[in-house]
Amino acid sequence: MPINYYIFLSVALFCIGVAGVLTRRNAIIIFMCVELMLNAVNLLLIAFSKMHYHAQAATNPNAGIDGQLFVFFIMVVAAAEVSVGLAIIVMMYRNTHSTDVNFLNRLKH
Amino acid sequence: MGITQILFWSLSIMALISAILVVVSKNPVHSVLWLILVFFAISGHYILMNAQFLAIVNLIVYAGAIMVLFLFVFMLMNLNADTEPQKNKWLKIAGVVAGGSLLLVLVAALKNADLKNQLADMGGGNIGLIHYLGLSLFNEYVVPFEISSVLFLSAMVGVVVIGKKE
Repeated sequence: MPINYYIFLSVALFCIGVAGVLTRRNAIIIFMCVELMLNAVNLLLIAFSKMHYHAQAATNPNAGIDGQLFVFFIMVVAAAEVSVGLAIIVMMYRNTHSTDVNFLNRLKH
Repeated sequence: MGITQILFWSLSIMALISAILVVVSKNPVHSVLWLILVFFAISGHYILMNAQFLAIVNLIVYAGAIMVLFLFVFMLMNLNADTEPQKNKWLKIAGVVAGGSLLLVLVAALKNADLKNQLADMGGGNIGLIHYLGLSLFNEYVVPFEISSVLFLSAMVGVVVIGKKE
């Protein structure tokens, strides 16, 4: 598969995530759109890793393995991030009885 | 058109349609279910590129653990379909226009990138297998691996501290 297809697929998924973050007002849906953006980046990292493998497999049998390990670490950090983020959202729901991010502008006064 | 092309296009279309439905569905639980479908499609892409370990980890960690966590939080809060009062129509349109502009700019910038004859290796290669990933992880990346365990410990402590009722 040409690498262009993967680039455009990932860009499209990422932009859908950006549009979701900008349009939705529910904090959990915003959070899910952030997960969508992370996954678009992961997909592109693996495609690039396989691209490097394809280009350099003759000289270096481990070419491109770094990209896959980066994806592994991104997943590790995403799991920790989700647990903390959902705890914050539950806290916010307990205080405001809503997950609407528009309520959070009370922080400014 | 080989089987790889057919799988690639069907998985891509499935991922894009499900991603759009994540954003537009009114009911948050439906959003979660569509996002699980996106993760399945992306895992299918990983398997297509012979990144088997990451495909399984993606299913277990994202579709299994993280999405169940989201569902738990939804059911804890008892949110319904119309909990999101959307008054400002222009805000929605502005968000979609901003996302579309980002898509336009990125596609225009990458359209003529010098990658025309670079191929992503499909099926072949064994760098995605757990044997080689494990060897590399515990030789060159052992320090980040240990640091991530500290990160998990601090995240666990943080969640307990944040979630505790004062």
